[in-house]
Amino acid sequence: MSDPIYVTDQLIADDIDAYLDLHQHKTMLRFITCGSVDDGKSTLIGRLLYDSKMIFEDQLAALETDSKKVGTQGQEIDFALLVDGLAAEREQGITIDVAYRFFNTEKRKFIVADCPGHEQYTRNMVTGASTADLAVILIDARKGVLVQTRRHSYLCHLIGIRNLVLAVNKMDLIDYDQAKYDAIVADYAAFAQSIGIESFTAMPISGFKGDNITTRSANTPWYSGPTLVEHLETVDVLSALDVDKPLRLPVQWVNRPNLDFRGFAGLIASGSVKPGDDVRVLPSGKTSTVTRVVTMAGDLDEALAGQSVTLCFADEIDCSRGDVIAAADNPPQAADQFEATLVWLNDAAMHVGRAYWLKLGTQTVSVSVQQPKYAVNVNSMEHIAVKTLELNAIGVAEITTDKAVVFEPYAENRTLGGFVLIDKLTNATVAAGMINFSLRRAQNVHWQATDLTREDHAALKNQAPKVLWFTGLSGAGKSTIANEVEKRLNMMNRHTFLLDGDNVRHGLNKDLGFTEADRIENIRRVGEVAKLMADAGLIVLTAFISPFRAERDMVRAMLPEGEFVEIHVDTPLAVAEARDVKGLYKKARAGQLKNFTGIDSPYEPPEAPEIRVNTAEMTAAQAADFIIQQLLPLK
Amino acid sequence: MNATLTHLERLEAEAIHIMREVVAEAERPVMLYSVGKDSAVMLHLARKAFYPSPPPFPLLHVDTTWKFRAMYELRDRMANESGMELLIYHNPEAQERGINPFDHGALHTDMWKTEGLKQALDKWQFDAAFGGARRDEEKSRAKERIFSFRTASHGWDPKNQRPELWNLYNARKHKGESIRVFPISNWTELDVWQYIHLNNVPIVPLYFADKRPTVERDGMLLMVDDDRFPLKPGEVPVERSIRFRTLGCYPLTGAVESTAATLPQIIQETLLTTTSERQGRAIDKDAGGAGMEVKKQQGYF
Repeated sequence: MSDPIYVTDQLIADDIDAYLDLHQHKTMLRFITCGSVDDGKSTLIGRLLYDSKMIFEDQLAALETDSKKVGTQGQEIDFALLVDGLAAEREQGITIDVAYRFFNTEKRKFIVADCPGHEQYTRNMVTGASTADLAVILIDARKGVLVQTRRHSYLCHLIGIRNLVLAVNKMDLIDYDQAKYDAIVADYAAFAQSIGIESFTAMPISGFKGDNITTRSANTPWYSGPTLVEHLETVDVLSALDVDKPLRLPVQWVNRPNLDFRGFAGLIASGSVKPGDDVRVLPSGKTSTVTRVVTMAGDLDEALAGQSVTLCFADEIDCSRGDVIAAADNPPQAADQFEATLVWLNDAAMHVGRAYWLKLGTQTVSVSVQQPKYAVNVNSMEHIAVKTLELNAIGVAEITTDKAVVFEPYAENRTLGGFVLIDKLTNATVAAGMINFSLRRAQNVHWQATDLTREDHAALKNQAPKVLWFTGLSGAGKSTIANEVEKRLNMMNRHTFLLDGDNVRHGLNKDLGFTEADRIENIRRVGEVAKLMADAGLIVLTAFISPFRAERDMVRAMLPEGEFVEIHVDTPLAVAEARDVKGLYKKARAGQLKNFTGIDSPYEPPEAPEIRVNTAEMTAAQAADFIIQQLLPLK
Repeated sequence: MNATLTHLERLEAEAIHIMREVVAEAERPVMLYSVGKDSAVMLHLARKAFYPSPPPFPLLHVDTTWKFRAMYELRDRMANESGMELLIYHNPEAQERGINPFDHGALHTDMWKTEGLKQALDKWQFDAAFGGARRDEEKSRAKERIFSFRTASHGWDPKNQRPELWNLYNARKHKGESIRVFPISNWTELDVWQYIHLNNVPIVPLYFADKRPTVERDGMLLMVDDDRFPLKPGEVPVERSIRFRTLGCYPLTGAVESTAATLPQIIQETLLTTTSERQGRAIDKDAGGAGMEVKKQQGYF
């Protein structure tokens, strides 16, 4: 056993006040350890905790018992058991999820994220890396640079970690052989350079024996660099580097306790701010001057990146959650189309074209993702052509947002460049993304303001525009009923248009097939056309199977509140199949037709449609009458 | 000002950021308040986060009726001082059946705390609840997210947690589902003490050593806080100079012999100690090594 990092030093016993003063001024470093089970990652962390006296006697006693029972080190202490917290992990001897551990030295406090190494846990590693200042990449000295070493290095680089430590571990098992160590470092250096890693710090260690962890090892006299802990104690932390950048403060919450106080609360993402500074609020572009930096302990003269503050302005300008307060002379841009690198985190693959929520800083917007330009093979770094992104896949794709987002490229600002995508139905966090740049066409395409509004169009027709969205299985009777409804509306002097699924596929959408992605795009286009027609003042009827709830909700979201009327033509599958007007069910059952809704592709019925008609109980004419009654008055 | 924030400044900024996110995105947040030192820090952080407004959510104390008297005193004082509404909940079934820590062991925690908490959250329809749990306390907590998602029946699924990247928290949920939020996840026991020290955060006097009546049982020093404490035949309370490292229900919480009467002395003792903080708590010992993980899956905080 080597000496503990943190000899419970005499100062604590002698002069606790002096000690506290010292501790109070410590900085904090967050880092991750990457490597596979066999690289000794958990052992290294266990060692750091043990040496820094973060393991108490009762925990040690439990550890000794566990080590004998399920440990992998025979009768010796298995430090890995300290770190693997979930029952499944202890049973299987692997790390599944990111675990956070804490230890102190005389100079710093450390938070270490222990990340699982297997490829199927890429998402967990990216999660752990997202908050890290530094990464320790472990290599088993007996094995050298492996595929997983490359994968981990690539992911750390991707997520923007600039401080990389190459810890060549288990040196005791290769007799502290310098030549072998040098060969591994040279091998890694060549790889690192090939993927754009500018620098890294290599060191020979043994987590198990304690070589070069806290004290210089006598076993590696040829190594003159720092020990692991010395290095961790002295590298720059990320937030220190953000202070010199221009001010960026995403507004979280507006503080209005009374009419005399209006403060904007948020965490400073970069730069600094003090009273008298000129600021600009994005995306509005309005400017003002900071009057106060408010905290409960009294107003501050200056606040820095990393601090949570409340700002007051000299002017009553509009500013709310989602806005970004920035240096007046150096504001970020806003755009609605980006190229981004995505890491897919969910079991359900990406749906090209489907609407997701995007959360970036304090902004949440609706977005759709285009087909990826390519995905990256995380083992070989090769670009591969793909149609979608599956769990753990990393790819580059274009994203379109429904309104402008204030952003900066991720490489310049993690807070304004990093985002997550959220599934609108399950609410799961499905992807992490990093903005590379905005697309030029987003900057050049502007919304042309016209003098006549949609209200003018509708007023001339003396009607309220609507989109009557008929959804249901093939053969349910959507087109027939929609046709009946349109005839009735026409007799009532209403201006209408019927968009029919089959007809649209002969023209506007003839380039689309029936895969899930194509079906989503089919509905998106129909939704856009219906919206334009509603803008023109028409009552639009659409008859599409539109099997996915998400796309129907996407169209609903395009239109003003109350204008989208979802009509579920509810016919049991057996009834629709028995009718089989077009003979399609027969073909699908025979396997001649792929992706047929109800057979080998799902139909997600509406949960709360505005109108529901059951065609097993009503004729088409009855259903049409019922729908008209529900729609009245039409103004 | 120093260009690099200290670790406590970073931890404070992170906690405040988390609290503001919850207030901005949740419909009915609440802060669980157990009157311990972690709750004290949480309340202080909340007051800082929303100053000059009072924190825009109530405090909820899921009471077992078996807390130390000094805890009830501080609770009422702090609620008053912070200008926050204080909600107190007692599980009516536990009350009716007279569930107590002396006769019912683990059932006491289960009924009063786990069930009581679920009932209280359901009663007031809270969709986000702040808790003061820290990742350094226990192994399964080390893997829990800061925004920890709960099903409509309050269950936790450790294998299906939402990825949490950067400081982006996904607070979206369906009706009936809720989120437990842990703003001081990344704090250690020492950080908590030091923060209390630097910010003069009021804490229950029981954390400071004093002469108190005690009995020794199963290697634990228990304080006789009131006359509900059933003494065994021949058992006589002995005055000892003791203090508490952690405060729960008084018969379930072991004291340590100590003379540490000031915060620096307490911190000194913490640093020189050789047993972990939760060792005095009976709850972790139930159900073997995975005790806390199982309890959390059932809805315990």
